[in-house]
Amino acid sequence: MTTLVGDATIVGIGQTEYSRAAGRSETQLAAEAIVAALADAGLTSDDVDGLVSYTIDPVEETELVRALGTPEIGWSSRVPYGGGGSQGVLLHAAAAVLSGAAEVVVAYRAIKARSGSRFGAAQTVARPTSSHSGTTAMQWCAPYGVLTPASWMSLNAVRYMHASGATSVDFGRAVVQMRAYAATNPNAHFYERPITLDDHQASRWVAEPAIRLFDCCLETDGAAALVVTRAASAPGASPPVVIAAASASGLFEEEIASNHYRPDLSFMDGSAVLARRLFDETGISRDELDVALIYDAFSPMLLLQLEALGFCERGEARHFIADGNLSPTGSLPCNTNGGLIGEGYIHGLNLTLEAVRQLRGTATNQIRDARTALVTASRTGVILRRG
Amino acid sequence: MSDVGPTRPAPVVTEDSAVFWDAARAGRLVAQRCRSCGRLHHPPRPMCPACHSIELEAHELSGNGTVYSYALLHYPQNPAFTYPVVAALVDLDEGVRMLSNLVGVEPERVAIGMEVEVTFEPTKDDGVVPLFRPRGQRS
Ligand SMILES: [Zn+2]
Repeated sequence: MTTLVGDATIVGIGQTEYSRAAGRSETQLAAEAIVAALADAGLTSDDVDGLVSYTIDPVEETELVRALGTPEIGWSSRVPYGGGGSQGVLLHAAAAVLSGAAEVVVAYRAIKARSGSRFGAAQTVARPTSSHSGTTAMQWCAPYGVLTPASWMSLNAVRYMHASGATSVDFGRAVVQMRAYAATNPNAHFYERPITLDDHQASRWVAEPAIRLFDCCLETDGAAALVVTRAASAPGASPPVVIAAASASGLFEEEIASNHYRPDLSFMDGSAVLARRLFDETGISRDELDVALIYDAFSPMLLLQLEALGFCERGEARHFIADGNLSPTGSLPCNTNGGLIGEGYIHGLNLTLEAVRQLRGTATNQIRDARTALVTASRTGVILRRG
Repeated sequence: MSDVGPTRPAPVVTEDSAVFWDAARAGRLVAQRCRSCGRLHHPPRPMCPACHSIELEAHELSGNGTVYSYALLHYPQNPAFTYPVVAALVDLDEGVRMLSNLVGVEPERVAIGMEVEVTFEPTKDDGVVPLFRPRGQRS
């Protein structure tokens, strides 16, 4: 068994507004989201004894603790691998509370991807993916003008198109669905701004022939936080959501934002390993899922993950989407907040918050009686259940 | 940007990557080769992941390969490059894959499976990067 199962429970969620210019520091954004999550849980900063975030998060733990006034942090960790590590913070938090290393763990991400260091900016300077990152994949990309996450991912996407027959129109159908969900989510950047397939096809090329402007997630300012405890410690202020399964898959021969050196780039094998761990090793069936939140930094990744996670056969994701399976009435309502493409990009942690809202029955685009949710980001994922 | 020398940024050379970039500056395309088990690795790394040998050397490649994937990068733009940037993953005949640019071909004619060969281009700060062009093309 390589999958964490147990009764680790999400007892609180919090966020700041998602915007184009937060006008305050990442440390402040993190502190605000954490205070909101603690209030949602019915806890205070005095109760927190664990912190987990990402290696690329800019907030220094000591600065954060100074702002929160938390007296005793006994445990902390950070998850590597950029956005693909998105759900790893749930695995770390659950592992901490189930092992007894901590009792109340806060998972958080604060980002100023729009007003600060833009992820989509074409910088040629070496951009470390973490403060302790020595050689990184970037050095093999920057001298060739391959400077942005979209450009890294496009090389995988074009190979996928070659292997599957998928086209930009197929990616567009996914985007139209994300934007439809965002259009009815007041928390989304693209609230009340749905698009048609023609709008998608008219948006300019970022990386031809795979990624248009509307295929890209949004550079966003904001923060999101979750509070995790054991079920027995849940304070009960908000309906608990159990982390029924959490896992991550390996890193061999991979890079940040791409797998350029893996043998077959038309298949996201990290996600296939993740699916084996989350489903096969736990006995949880894909049929039990009421809603899925799948990391859509760029729309082609959504198709690749649908196939690798086993929701359809290889090469069939375009038909799976065209048949309406991702819609509110489909077999796998997906990214009901509008996803990272429609709501905003808080490292995918905003997808986890949406899953919690769905399982509490408080989502804007509520899937009726949602009891089980999947949240994944390429190699990290969780299955959440209403407590 | 003409007549002012290369605008392409020089590669970041580290202790672990110098084997590749030092060879490029000498006009040679190499992959790192494990002296113990003979495997080729790219990008280079400080230890052979197959046998854990640290006896690694530069192994000269033919420079011939095929385009495994590509993309025409339009946006955003950096003044160091001419757009669209033709990015490509090239599978070398010896079995390693490299990220590079294609030159000497109209962007709209780039395709997966295209046979290419290496060429070299200077960068800012006296660096050199391997690029690829359609095979058999006169330079
Ligand atoms: Zn070896």
